Amino acid sequence: MVHGKQIMSLTIEEVHHIARLARLQITEEEAERYRVQIGSILEYVAKLQSLDTEGVPELAHGSGLSNVWRTDEVTSSDKINRASFLEAFPHREGDLLQVQAVFEERTE
Amino acid sequence: MIQSFTIIEAKQKIAAGEITSKALTEACLERIKKQNGALNAFIQISETALKEAESIDVKRAAGGQELGVLAGIPIAVKANMLAKGLKATAGSRILENYVAPYDATVVERLRAAGAIILGVTNMDEFAMGSSTETSHFGQTHNPWNQTKVPGGSSGGSAAAVAADFVPGAFGSDTGGSIRQPASLCGVVGLKPTYGRVSRYGLMAMASSLDQIGPFARTVEDAALLLQVVEGDDPKDATTVAGGDTTVAELISEDVAGLRIGLPKEYFLEGMDERIRTSVFQAVEVLQQGGADVHEISLPHAEYALAAYYIIMPCESSSNLGRFDGMRYGYAASSGRTLMETYERSRGEGFGSEVKRRIMLGSYALSKGYYDAYYKKALQVRMLIRRDFDEVFKHVDAILTPTSPSVAWNIGEKFDDPLTMYLSDIYTISANLAAIPAMSLPCGFVDGLPVGLQLMGRPFGEETLFRLGKHYQTKTDWHTKRPEKNV
Repeated sequence: MVHGKQIMSLTIEEVHHIARLARLQITEEEAERYRVQIGSILEYVAKLQSLDTEGVPELAHGSGLSNVWRTDEVTSSDKINRASFLEAFPHREGDLLQVQAVFEERTE
Repeated sequence: MIQSFTIIEAKQKIAAGEITSKALTEACLERIKKQNGALNAFIQISETALKEAESIDVKRAAGGQELGVLAGIPIAVKANMLAKGLKATAGSRILENYVAPYDATVVERLRAAGAIILGVTNMDEFAMGSSTETSHFGQTHNPWNQTKVPGGSSGGSAAAVAADFVPGAFGSDTGGSIRQPASLCGVVGLKPTYGRVSRYGLMAMASSLDQIGPFARTVEDAALLLQVVEGDDPKDATTVAGGDTTVAELISEDVAGLRIGLPKEYFLEGMDERIRTSVFQAVEVLQQGGADVHEISLPHAEYALAAYYIIMPCESSSNLGRFDGMRYGYAASSGRTLMETYERSRGEGFGSEVKRRIMLGSYALSKGYYDAYYKKALQVRMLIRRDFDEVFKHVDAILTPTSPSVAWNIGEKFDDPLTMYLSDIYTISANLAAIPAMSLPCGFVDGLPVGLQLMGRPFGEETLFRLGKHYQTKTDWHTKRPEKNV
């Protein structure tokens, strides 16, 4: 059981840890600001802990639907569409998406 | 003035040959040219709009062809919806140069109905905000008073309709992002039932809460816009087939016998008395029309905002994971490692509110905290939904204020996220419970519009339209326009 007091205040190390989990580069100044702001939001949402929800099912979404099936058909993309997708690549080589090597560190 | 017509008026005048679609579109563009510099409601104008309007006029003149129900009517869309060929930035630097490669289902249906997509409206970055101040493309100003915010996150769409830039617009509503700006700008805004309108081509913020809906000057116009875009869509598996179709022309204004609930939790001590007075005057109008009014209770209402500020950031942090600077969007210069490059692109591409919510969501979903936050919030969400299910056994609609305050000063709440979040306190429950809700103008405080919110049963939009239509035939708040701009 996590109680309000424990979960509401964050350390600066925790903020940096969350930023890494979220793949966000943040400055020291941002980290301090987020520490305070996220802390105050956590303090507010801690009020949920006072509600007894024992045995209450979770409501993940409200439409009441489950398992909506469709056939998995491959449809082709027209030339203009294809061009506009390629156009959106920040870096490309010809029609190929150029990305940074996954397992290498840049040395230059 | 031609650009002040409602959609239904404009349709009638075009059909009667009194005006052309070209003339209407030109009037809108002219108005935008003069005023948008001051308001920043639109962030892109379609260069083909006038041509499209002309071609509709030509088709109409030639006759013999079926024209859609919105033939030649200019409509604006929020910057998080894809309209092929127009920029879809979501108000973010990370998508600054992103051009929509295809149409969202909503846009496709609007075009199929003959609507002219006039342009793209400003918004809080990735729809995260209540004031349209977090946009990378600058603040939108409230047409009623330019020192005030228009609300948000769909502030551009609300301001555009209020300022007579365009007769109708679309926005998205995750926690109030259609209704709250509609309230602050004095127009009608509808968040439909979750699943009534396809989200295909809408950039996901919180997928279980997001819903697209219309802004208009009248309830009938809003119903007409819903009629055009609603319905199931194979591209969005959460759309519901077989719901009743709205037919705007057939909406009754008879409210006799309709039961309206006033939740005591929404009318607490300390609320703005002037807003309470405006809302209760509206209640009287509906009572005079024969509606029965009852006090009701939504006991878990006070937990809605807290549940929302767990569920929404959790879903957002996951949805915004796709912005990696690789396939599209802003790419920072390469770092030493791939990880560093991701962190840079996202760190530089996202603004501070978006980063704050991504971090909040990542924290709540991280190991050891999931049960205490996310699971708990989903259970509370169930309690909130049950409150509504119970109440709707006894009433047909729920009436509340839309926003606890009228439009506030630009900058006033910008550095205090929690205070900003509290401005959505009346609207969030409808998203959590997946029910429809509509805001419509019901008065003024300090020269700024006050909004009335009506909530209904799932797929009960028709009841909201009836009440709204009745109210608008008995009052004229919806006909008021910001004076400075007329």
